[in-house]
Amino acid sequence: MKALRSLPLLATSLVFLVLYAAASILYPGFFAAQVFINLLGDNAFLGVSALGMTLVILAGGIDLSVGAVVAFTTVFIATGVGRGMHPVVAIGAAIAIATLLGTIMGWLIQKFELPAFLVTLGGMFFARGMAFVVNRESVAIAHPFWQKAADFAVPIGSSASVPATALVFVLTLGAMIVIAHRTRFGRNIYAVGGSLGSARLMGLPVAATQIAVYALSGACSGLAGVVSTLYTSSGDPARATGLELDAIASVVIGGTLLTGGVGSPAGTLMGVLIFGTLQSALVFDGRLNSWWLRIAMGGLLLIFVLLQRSLTRGSTLEK
Amino acid sequence: MKISDPDIFVQLTPRKALLALVAMVGLVLGSLSTHGAAAHLTVGFSQVGAESAWRTAETESIKSEGAKRGVTLKFSDAQGKQENQIKALRSFIAQKVDAIILAPVVETGWEPVLREAKRAKIPVVLVDRGVKVSDDSLFATLIASDFIAEGKMAAEWLAKRSGGNAQIVELQGTPGAAPAIDRKKGFEAGIASQPGMKIIASQSGDFRRANGKEVMEALIKKHGNEITAVYAHNDDMAIGAIQAIEESGRKPGADVIVVSIDGVRGAFEAMVAGKLSCTVECNPLLGPLAFDAAEKAAGGATLEKKTIVPDRVFDQSTAKAVIGSRQY
Repeated sequence: MKALRSLPLLATSLVFLVLYAAASILYPGFFAAQVFINLLGDNAFLGVSALGMTLVILAGGIDLSVGAVVAFTTVFIATGVGRGMHPVVAIGAAIAIATLLGTIMGWLIQKFELPAFLVTLGGMFFARGMAFVVNRESVAIAHPFWQKAADFAVPIGSSASVPATALVFVLTLGAMIVIAHRTRFGRNIYAVGGSLGSARLMGLPVAATQIAVYALSGACSGLAGVVSTLYTSSGDPARATGLELDAIASVVIGGTLLTGGVGSPAGTLMGVLIFGTLQSALVFDGRLNSWWLRIAMGGLLLIFVLLQRSLTRGSTLEK
Repeated sequence: MKISDPDIFVQLTPRKALLALVAMVGLVLGSLSTHGAAAHLTVGFSQVGAESAWRTAETESIKSEGAKRGVTLKFSDAQGKQENQIKALRSFIAQKVDAIILAPVVETGWEPVLREAKRAKIPVVLVDRGVKVSDDSLFATLIASDFIAEGKMAAEWLAKRSGGNAQIVELQGTPGAAPAIDRKKGFEAGIASQPGMKIIASQSGDFRRANGKEVMEALIKKHGNEITAVYAHNDDMAIGAIQAIEESGRKPGADVIVVSIDGVRGAFEAMVAGKLSCTVECNPLLGPLAFDAAEKAAGGATLEKKTIVPDRVFDQSTAKAVIGSRQY
């Protein structure tokens, strides 16, 4: 069981380190503080939504709505600010709506024992549709407060600075690690995802846990939408199409079992960093077709699924 | 957990799986060869994607012009996503390229990354589409066709051909994209003086052939023989619409006048076949102009904010004569 927990995370970290080292050797300028920080900042919206997804998958569920919720959040904020809403109010309202949507989906899944895949697929269509109802076109935000927030960066040394998007990602990661490993709620998530029947027999609050992970994932998607809006100073109903799939891939490559119960937010960070490193390396190279990113991710995904399968098989044989 | 074919997995130990993983990473890395030192300018080019023949021609023009001038070109295809374009731009900035060429997917959302480029003193040359920014010192110049003029030219040609009487279906480009907005605006301005010309339906086909066909099918179901003309914001959607019209039993180019913009090879072929009525050329061969601008801007020169690429109208009468000389 111990290997089951740590080996996928070790393997992912190894892949990341090897990729990063190789890219640093191959491409001049890749080994720089700013490039690494950019990995966090540029992939912050993927990272934040993948962290929310991690909890859902750990609890044995899936959330396909995240990309659409991100898109909805960006347009909602941009349009709201454009109509005179203060950015802070718009952000608060957007995250509240995203959390509410997550809660409703979680409730439907739990209460009526509906398949998460279908309920969140419905949520995805709903959120994407609502995004285009709020605004059919991409809208820029020209609020002085927003400009300040988007430009906010903590300088590190003379040549690098950490943008707000990267900060949000790191803070969310910290919060998720605490939730997953240091709280009763976190232990319940692992228990529910590991074995629903046992969790019930132990008298754990199964229903509340299941609903809460979708609510949290909704909140994370909302926050990822805020990050995406900060990143571009605009909202776009067509943004983040397919983001949910990248998020799921990052979670699985990060060593979280799709069947639930095993994995960690730290692994998801590694999954996101691998995705980001591959993407940056392709741009640094500048000659390869950018679709190689998808092919490489697909290959990694398959290998990690096989690795997990071989591990779970090993552990059941031991019993 | 149930496994349908256990034999496959019994042999797969964690160690073997790890080995496979390492092998796969090695394979990926092995395919990336090392870099030659950049002797000349290094230019990053962030392209939207490869959604149409027009865009592929533009990419080819920039790539081949770069090779001709000995420029180290970093090319990144954003697969139609703005977030990928921004990431590419930030990677270009981190690499300290000498100049950036950007074909933006939408008009908004570029301010933060363009400010970053400006701080790094890297000039950004925009091609084919503009951006909305509060400070136009954020880019060096925009090299593009005048989309409003294109829409107007299409409208004027249609007015002449139809004698000022047309029930028009408009297939719009991607919502929010500059060519979609301006080609609509220009066309509307062009038919404003023609009381007999009316747009009876206007929907987005996302600049794609398949979507153009799909939207046209739906509109034919709704409006049927009422439709006498189609105005598509690009050739690909027009070609899709032509297929839909043919499948409905009417004759494109005769029963329904089909007008579009771009002037790709497929459009010329359709004109020679008598199916497309006219196309307004939107020249994608921007490579030479783009590198002229990038080299000047990288050298510290200040450029005019807009460089207009001249466009022409082609119809069935002229298509045959020029189709052989078309490069894209």
